[in-house]
Amino acid sequence: MNDKLAVTEADLQAYVDGRLSSARHAEVEIYLAAHTADAERMAAYRQQNTALRKLFDPVLDEPIPDRLLDAAIPPLTSSARRWSATPTFRIAAAAAWIGLGTLLGWNLRDTPSPYPVNVSDGPNSMATREPFQPASFAKGAALAHATFAPEQRHPVEVAADQEAHLIKWLSNRLGKDVHAPSLAEQGFSLIGGRLLPGDKGPAAQFMYEDPRGVRLTLYIKTEGGGTDTAFRYADENGIGVFYWIDRDFGYALSGNLEKSRLLEVAKVAYRLGGK
Amino acid sequence: MEPSERITACIPRLRRYARALVGDRAAADDLIQDTLERAWSKFSQFRDGSDLRAWLFSIMHNEHINQIRKRRDMMSFDDDAHDVSVPATQSDGLEIRDLDRALQTLPVEQREVLLLIVIEEMSYEEVSVALGIPTGTVMSRLSRARERVRAYMSGTPLITRLQVVK
Repeated sequence: MNDKLAVTEADLQAYVDGRLSSARHAEVEIYLAAHTADAERMAAYRQQNTALRKLFDPVLDEPIPDRLLDAAIPPLTSSARRWSATPTFRIAAAAAWIGLGTLLGWNLRDTPSPYPVNVSDGPNSMATREPFQPASFAKGAALAHATFAPEQRHPVEVAADQEAHLIKWLSNRLGKDVHAPSLAEQGFSLIGGRLLPGDKGPAAQFMYEDPRGVRLTLYIKTEGGGTDTAFRYADENGIGVFYWIDRDFGYALSGNLEKSRLLEVAKVAYRLGGK
Repeated sequence: MEPSERITACIPRLRRYARALVGDRAAADDLIQDTLERAWSKFSQFRDGSDLRAWLFSIMHNEHINQIRKRRDMMSFDDDAHDVSVPATQSDGLEIRDLDRALQTLPVEQREVLLLIVIEEMSYEEVSVALGIPTGTVMSRLSRARERVRAYMSGTPLITRLQVVK
């Protein structure tokens, strides 16, 4: 009789997984009733199934990490990403970091942006004589933005979950206390930050992101001049940069955002920058 | 639904499977990130209307194999080439905390089959397509995987297998 049933190992596996027709299922049960070793084996396999699901099903309910949500979005959504992802740009950006930017034909402007913006609650004296190099400062910030903002895997060196460590580290390296202003009310949360080389010493970059994955960077470096400036605006190959000096630091907020919106965020960053 | 929304909807299941497959949370998420990046790079090859989930699992399989190759500790793909590892405990019950360890002792090709069927509840045919192997091979790997886990969990060495190795 058992031979007639011809229960195969594949039948037994399908039995464990509940994938037999009800007729076949019944036949296998008859077979197992007469074969205790196989019956014990199948019982153990079913226990395995239950235990495996119990072990791993909770993963379904875990919050999805941001980096995976990022990776689920087409990598080339914004023009800034397209532009900054080109090999030419990457090479150029790297070259610029080691001071070759001008050789590659960038036109360093010494004049402030053609679109000066004064805001009522902003710092109020336009630049006087100062060592601050506004154009190269904005360009450096934009390059840093374009280099790291599209980065999916390593956008920051230290993530926001270690914010205290991040702030302490960057403050130590810049030699003065820096802060990452909270831009949460503007819809941007801090991802983290990194240390960057600047022309006169290290610079800090904080990166923020909104729920749609739009990223802003706040670039900060020490400015010994001590002369506050108004907000200035520069468009660096499609990346908007608002920049200013406040006490000891030069700040530049970069992003591929509408200018008016970027200004709103810059005002908040300015207001909170020294705190 | 936009492709990115559909892909996002698959992430929890990809994570569940990847966690079981590689054992470690960060490594599992790395695998998924590589998988999604790969998926976007070849998204033009995805035919609308076909099963996105199956497509992603298939890409993940390839990425995982690539990762293993890169680590240069790729296990042999000959099902019979593996010997039985010594069970960690003499427990005779099915203990959850040992199960993860038992899984990791499986050759990767057996582990994939077992997990796709049990955790992901794919049909045998779907597994055959996702992994690019015949259904018969799916069944034999499934059978071996289960028996190996059972032996590990019960602390019984697979004597017969050891005797085959002369």
